[in-house]
Amino acid sequence: MTAALNVEGLRVTLGGREVLHDVGFSLEPGAFCGLIGANGSGKTTLLRTILGFTSPSAGRVALGGAAGYVPQKLQLDPDMPVRARDFVELGLNGHRFGFPLPSRARRAKVEEMLAAVDAAGFAGQRIGELSGGQQQRVLIAHALIRQPKLLLLDEPLANLDLRAAAEIIALLRRVAKQGVTVLISAHDMNPLLSAMDRIVYLANGRAASGTTQDVVRTEVLSALYGYHIDVIRVHERILVVAGEHGAHGHEHVATIP
Amino acid sequence: MTLLQPGFFSSLPVQNALLIGAGAALLSGAAGVFTVLRGQSFAGHALADVSAAGGAMAYLLGISPLLGFFSLSVLGALALEALGTRRAAGRDLAAGIVLGAGMGITALLLYLDVTVKGSAGAAVTVMFGSLFATPPGLGRAVALGALAGLLGLGFIYRPLLLASLDGELAKADGVNTRLLGAVYLLLLALAVTLSAMAVGAILSTALLIGPAAAALRLARSPVAAMGLAALLGLGCAWGGVWLAYQSYGWTPGHVWPVSFFITALVLVVYAAASLARRA
Amino acid sequence: MFAPYMLDAWIVATLVALAAGCAGYFVVLRGAGFAAHALPMAAFPGAALAGLLGIARFYGLAVFALGGVAGLAWLKRAQRPDAATALVLVALLGLGALFLSLSGQYSNAVYALLFGQILGVGPADLPPAFAIGLGVPLALLACFRPLTYSAIAPDLAAARGLSGAGLDLLFLGLLAVTSAVALPIAGALLVFTLMVGPAAAARHLTRAPLPALGLSMALALVIAWAALALAYLTGLPSGFFVGTLSAAAYLAARLKR
Repeated sequence: MTAALNVEGLRVTLGGREVLHDVGFSLEPGAFCGLIGANGSGKTTLLRTILGFTSPSAGRVALGGAAGYVPQKLQLDPDMPVRARDFVELGLNGHRFGFPLPSRARRAKVEEMLAAVDAAGFAGQRIGELSGGQQQRVLIAHALIRQPKLLLLDEPLANLDLRAAAEIIALLRRVAKQGVTVLISAHDMNPLLSAMDRIVYLANGRAASGTTQDVVRTEVLSALYGYHIDVIRVHERILVVAGEHGAHGHEHVATIP
Repeated sequence: MTLLQPGFFSSLPVQNALLIGAGAALLSGAAGVFTVLRGQSFAGHALADVSAAGGAMAYLLGISPLLGFFSLSVLGALALEALGTRRAAGRDLAAGIVLGAGMGITALLLYLDVTVKGSAGAAVTVMFGSLFATPPGLGRAVALGALAGLLGLGFIYRPLLLASLDGELAKADGVNTRLLGAVYLLLLALAVTLSAMAVGAILSTALLIGPAAAALRLARSPVAAMGLAALLGLGCAWGGVWLAYQSYGWTPGHVWPVSFFITALVLVVYAAASLARRA
Repeated sequence: MFAPYMLDAWIVATLVALAAGCAGYFVVLRGAGFAAHALPMAAFPGAALAGLLGIARFYGLAVFALGGVAGLAWLKRAQRPDAATALVLVALLGLGALFLSLSGQYSNAVYALLFGQILGVGPADLPPAFAIGLGVPLALLACFRPLTYSAIAPDLAAARGLSGAGLDLLFLGLLAVTSAVALPIAGALLVFTLMVGPAAAARHLTRAPLPALGLSMALALVIAWAALALAYLTGLPSGFFVGTLSAAAYLAARLKR
């Protein structure tokens, strides 16, 4: 089976500074993958490079099919007179020039998509009036309506309260079950722990990937950060903190296999 | 004062003024919705200022003012595209200073219009418009330009709406945002040109921004906003022409400037829409 | 060029340049470019109305410019301040057109007030020019530290008891009277360029605050004198020289860095 996303030896330079050094990983179809890293670790740059907005200075990105993109938040004019329903329809035909004719089949497809993300209840509201979680659902419907093989989400949980975040994760899990590869960036991995079957951990512009068990370990993360890192597990939650004796911790540092 | 002075509709200058006002208002209103939504009020204003030099140049060269205004606003649109309109959207000093140089050149051209060509009213016509004194053939040209502009706007409507919602998202969806931005700026240049013909270069922002901002307060969908903005603009333009025609009786022998009435009506419409929304 | 009847023009140009160069420095520092652009336009109908009523031009200009300050402060709270402000400005320009049209001297007056008429300066312009040419720089120098502090760190300045809104109002008031005295000679459309061109150039040439302020005033002085001399020698409009020389100074300073 071909990979849904394959990233190899990726290097990206922004403003004269190399932001990503030799990042490589691969995702199979239907994977639910968290792209985890602190703010400024290069998550957004990696997503933008996968989308083709930023060109790498070395390495390559191969997509197994069309990619759908969900931005963190729409920078909306408050008066933007676009309903949630109209916005989802734009996912279907927004990229085409010309004069659209009304079509019942298209309408039906939009309603179906809205129902699939539990957005039917607020489909007639202006998109600027929706709550963060509601807007996130509409953005996901917009991205899914053209049936992409890969769904990229930029910090979708950042502006949500705990409950809305859990609901969005449950929705994305259903999406992944249907064979769409989900790559979701987040600075905190804990809300995603039960959902994700793969993790790409970014630090210092380097990445470690694998299952959570493989990657989120003291040795691996210490190698990534170049500093002694403690991984603490409490009640199936994970805390990643700088080690007590970080300055002397280099002897513990192992290299990533 | 009679409601409709005899001869209002049979007067040729009035017919011409109504036609030009309609063309300018319809296209500017519809295009203005996107100008406001994309936060490009400044770009529209800058294009209008630049186009003034073209209007002044037209007198000097003896070409159609439509051509003069349009060629310079297209040039301005290309410059904005090169600069990146997003950056110019703020209070960019560099853009303001370059515009100042443009205004200086306009000053020179207008001076030459008067001294070399003897066109005494050039400054007024270019900067503030004189709708009753436009050449008769111009009405048809403006109407055709407006029609072409509206068709073009319909053609790029969907990608433009998507890109106005989120530029990155539009790119991810496969929109060629650079091409789209360039076509849109060209349409904006056309709208500004027609408005400059109607109310003058420095007042053309009124027809572009006012009806659109008012319609956005009231409308529930983008198409409705465009339609409403076009209609509000039309109402202001025709109302202005009518009031100016009436004003002949207010101060004997003297017609008040049409542009004053149009800009005042636009402000009233905008204020009313803002209050209606709040209520 | 230095004939007695030109003396008034030289004196007024000098005083206006001192005030404009000094105010311009703070415009750039405080990011008040929009206000500097808007206030001369707001003042424009004042000159037209003064002509219609037969009172001294300066008073009409000053009243409308100060009204513009109040308007800016008020419109700042509107939901869409940029559109609302632009519309009010355009309506004021239209009002100016009406006043000029009613006063009969339409075309010449429109031209002089939009683009400036440095040779049209008379003895009546001297008292306000002296008051503002000397008063504005002195006032701004007296407020140099608070204005700088609140521009760089508004929250810190407020914590020390400096009212941001109060300083803003004071600054805009000084900007308004400067615009009022500069408008007849630089024109409503070009006052902005005379203020901001030298100041922006100075900022590119030196980093230190006080030398930048001095340089800005000196450049404004040179531009005003050169524009006056060139207008006198060539018979071409002074606005042309004010606009192009200011832009040239700015571009030259940018290229030099």
